[in-house]
This record gives sequence, structure tokens and C-alpha cells, in this order.
Amino acid sequence: MIDAEAPKVARGDALSKARFTLTSAGRFGAAIILFWLIVAIVGPFVAPFTLGEFVSDEGFAPPGGASLLGADYLGRDMFSRIVHSAWLTLGMAGAATLIATSVGSALGIFAAIKGGWTDMIISRIVDTFHSFPTLMLGLVVIAALGPSSALLILMTGLIYATSVYRIARALGMDIVVMDYVQVARARGEHTSWILFHEILPNAATPLVVDFGIRLSFSILFLSSLSFLGLGVQPPYADWGSLVRENMLGLISGSLAAIYPALAIASFTIGLNLIVDDFAASSGRAISGKIA
Amino acid sequence: MLTLILQRLGVGLLTLWLVTILVFIGTELLPGDVAEAVLGQSATPEAVAALRTEMGLDRPAIVRYFEWISGMLTGDLGASLASGAQISGLIAERFSNTLLLAGLTAFLVVPSAILLGLVAAMYPESIFDRIVSVATMFLVAVPEFLLGTLLVLVFAVQLRWLPAISYTTEFRSFGHLIETLALPVLTLSLVLLAQMARMTRSTILNILNSSYIEMAVLKGVRRHRIVFRHALVNAMSPIANVIALNLAYLVSGVVIVETIFAYPGLAKLIVDGVSSRDFPVIQACAMIFCTAYILFILVADVAAILSNPRLRRKAH
Repeated sequence: MIDAEAPKVARGDALSKARFTLTSAGRFGAAIILFWLIVAIVGPFVAPFTLGEFVSDEGFAPPGGASLLGADYLGRDMFSRIVHSAWLTLGMAGAATLIATSVGSALGIFAAIKGGWTDMIISRIVDTFHSFPTLMLGLVVIAALGPSSALLILMTGLIYATSVYRIARALGMDIVVMDYVQVARARGEHTSWILFHEILPNAATPLVVDFGIRLSFSILFLSSLSFLGLGVQPPYADWGSLVRENMLGLISGSLAAIYPALAIASFTIGLNLIVDDFAASSGRAISGKIA
Repeated sequence: MLTLILQRLGVGLLTLWLVTILVFIGTELLPGDVAEAVLGQSATPEAVAALRTEMGLDRPAIVRYFEWISGMLTGDLGASLASGAQISGLIAERFSNTLLLAGLTAFLVVPSAILLGLVAAMYPESIFDRIVSVATMFLVAVPEFLLGTLLVLVFAVQLRWLPAISYTTEFRSFGHLIETLALPVLTLSLVLLAQMARMTRSTILNILNSSYIEMAVLKGVRRHRIVFRHALVNAMSPIANVIALNLAYLVSGVVIVETIFAYPGLAKLIVDGVSSRDFPVIQACAMIFCTAYILFILVADVAAILSNPRLRRKAH
């Protein structure tokens, strides 16, 4: 519906040739991402305490001894809680983004190939969902169905699939009219063959860049829901719910709420640094657009 | 052009209608209807059935949908399930609080974001431009609650200049109003400022790269004259588009910020409503937020049409 916002992406064939090199900022971003991925996978096995283990009798105990970052509002080790909740935070966002990218790009390119009525019907439906503020859509769905992890992932994935759809459709529209696609059609190739051999390889790079942007949106969205108390529910925790739990300690000067918020910020900033490099080497700053 | 704008208005109304259907389906037809939500899981089937009849839930959904719509149009939003209070009363006070927060933010952010974006675009790759680019990139990537908590830590806990929460809106004086709203407005402003400045910068940079500007440069027109007489005139509508799109962001930004500072606004009402499954409250608040959002997007659309001669001529 917003034409000025519609993604303008370079032609697919030019993009696939773009050489991808990381600047120092991009390498820094990659290092942050790698660090958190290792923490998420290895962390739970090496963390000093478990998710629910108490290190102090009082809430918001200052750092000291085995407790690197102090205690949370109940007296549990903050450092271990951040490490233990990394996989849920990143895993849920990653799964949601995989859904968004696969569903969104499949539908978008399908609509671009088919055109006509198929395209119009899918586009209208997607536009309607897209014109909902994402957070409101999330709140209504959670109110109706309750906050289960599977629902949160599916919902986030489908919400962002609408954004991916628009980008994939625009890309597909550009590629469908290329000579090599026309030739393939004239040869009598099947639609699915054209999709996998001609269109997808040429649309891959911008879709990967978009995956990075969408992943950082998903993390921010899911942790916002948890921060509102409507996302991941205790006894489980993600970084957003850790911020929420420990907000009250802020007034007494406890940094317990700041650490998980910093964890989220560092991950999304790292992602943005990589995406900026990727986008720059594809010739267009897709990251500059807010979709 | 007028037909195109009217067409957009029609699409906006159509979207709003589809949104009412989605909100209604979302909160009425999905598992666990309102009667079950009120009575809880331990309620006997008889009690649920009785309450269902009493609330009119046994009638067809379509009838209730039209009752809901007509009630909304005449200002009757029904009663809250949690407190039994009239929703229109609950909303009236909180709506003005949210409007105050969002309005103040917009008032501060719009001029400063445009100025920042404009100067950054006028001197691309300069130190100033780099600082703006990096700072806004960080601000956009960071969650609102990190900014909020950091600001509280600095201004409320360390410096003790401002209160950490803003739960009152009974302002004793103008100074008190500023003191109470400073942190929520600042948090919201920083995020909005970053997004808007980034988009303004790329919009103006886009125009400065067009061939008629190159022509003006080759003619020897001075830099300021190029920016203010040639570029800015053409940048008006795209910038209006950027402003409207970003103000639409306020709809979700306000929800987080009100929660951080326990500010008694509409967002607090809907978040509490979701926790307690207070469906009439959710419906009413969601409709207000969605209407505001669609309105901003519509304004952005119209601005885009006005700015693009190709869109002006042919229907899209």
C-alpha cells in the first residue's frame, strides 16, 4: 500500500555477481554474533549455576564471588540466567525468521510468477495484515490464544512473512521479465523448474540480507512482548523477560535489568553491522528501509 | 490525482473494516470465549451457559459483530469484564494522556529529525554525517527498554534529577508536567529521532543525486541555494511521507514506553487487558491504535502520491 516504501532492489543477475567482503565493522558484528551463538549452544553446559539456582538470600545482591553480575530480584545468579536464556531468545527469533523468510519468499515469488488474479488475491490479504501495527496484532492474538512458545514463533513468523512477501514479490517481478526466464518458459519448462533454477538463485542475495534485518526485528519484537509480560512465561525466560523481572531493582541502583537489555542490543547491533556490509556490497542499502 | 487520493481513502476505509473483522474474530470466536474467561477454568458448564445467555453470547456472531460496530460508532464501547466500568470512561482519560505523550514527542522530534537528516545529507561522508549515521544505527538497533532503563539509571538513580516512574498525570504545575514526562518523552524521542533522521537523510541524498541537481551544480549554483531552492521544494512530499510513516511507529513505541514508566495511558490499558483477557477493553483499544496507524499510513500514501508525478498520472 505504501508505494514509496516498496522495496527497490537491484536486478537479481547483477546482485549474484556482487563480491561480498566484510569491513572491520562487519567483522566486529560477525564476532558478536558468533560469540552469542557459542554462548547459546555451549553456555548451558558451562554456566556456573542453573536457571533457578539461588546464590543469595536477598534480591539484587551485588556482584561478588562466583556471582559475576550479581543476583536477580529473587537472589538467583544473573550471569547464569542470561547464559541459560540465550538459546531460547535466539532460537525463537531464528525459528520465527526462518518461517517468515520461507513462507514470505515462497508466496511472493509464486505471486510474481503467476500474476493476474492469484497475485491480486494474495497481495490484498497480505496488505491487510501488513496494515495492522505488528504489536497490536501480537497483543490480539496472544489475548485470544495465550502465550505459548509455539504460538509466539508462528505468529512472529507470519507477521514478518508479510514484509518478506512484498520484497520477494518485487524481486520476482523484476526477474520474471528477464530474457532467460522468457526463454525457459518458451522451452516449456515447468513453473517449479523455473522457480528453482532461474528465479531463486537470482533472488537469493537480497533475501539473505533481508533475513538478517528480519532476524533483528524478530528479536526486538519477541523481547518486547516478553518485556510486556506477554511473551515467554516463567519458569522459562528469555532476555526480554529478564529485563521485565528486574526493572524494580533499577531504582535501588541494581544493574540486573541492564545486562539482558545490553545482550539484546549487542546482538541486534552486531546483526546490523553485518547487514550493512552485505547491503553495501549488493549495491543497495536495503537496511535503510523500515519495512 | 484527486481520484487516486479518493481511491486511497477508499482502500483505507476498506482496510479499517477488515481490521474490525480481524479484531472481532481474534477476540470473540477463538477458543475460550468471554464467558469462560470471566468465570475461569473451574466454572461449571451451567454457569458458563447462563452467563453466555446473559451477555448475549448465544446469539449468532454476525449479529454481535454488527452490534459491536454500531455501538462503537455511537460511542458505546461496552463495559470492562474486569472492573465492570464503562470502557468509554476508562478510555477518555487515558486517551488524552497517551495523546499528550505522543504529541509532545512528535513536536520535539519532527523538526530536529529533519534538521539532522538535512545537514547530514548536505555534507555526506563528513564527520557530522558519520556521527549521525553511526549514532542512529545504534539507536535503531537497540530495544526501547534498554534506552529507557539507561535513562532511568542516569537521570533518576545517579543524578536524581527526574522521577523513575511517571504514574501520575495530575500535574501541579508546568514544571511538574515537564519533570514527570521528561524521561518517557526522551526515550520515545530518541528512537523516533533516529529512524526519522535516517530516512530523511536518504530521501534528501536521493534527490541531491538526481540529474537536475547535477545540472545546477554544473551551472555553478551555490550549495545553499541548491539545497533550499532546488532540492528542498522537491523533498517536501517525500519528507511528509517519512514523517507520517514514522509517526505510525509511535503506535507500538508508546506501548513499550508507557510500560517502562508505568504511565497511565491507553497502552497500559490494553496490556493489562491482554493479561486479564478483558476482551471488550482489548477490542476498543486495538481499534483506536489501528485507526491511528491506518490514518498515518494513509497520510504517508497521499504524500507519496503528491511527490511522484508518475503515480499522479496513472492509477497504480
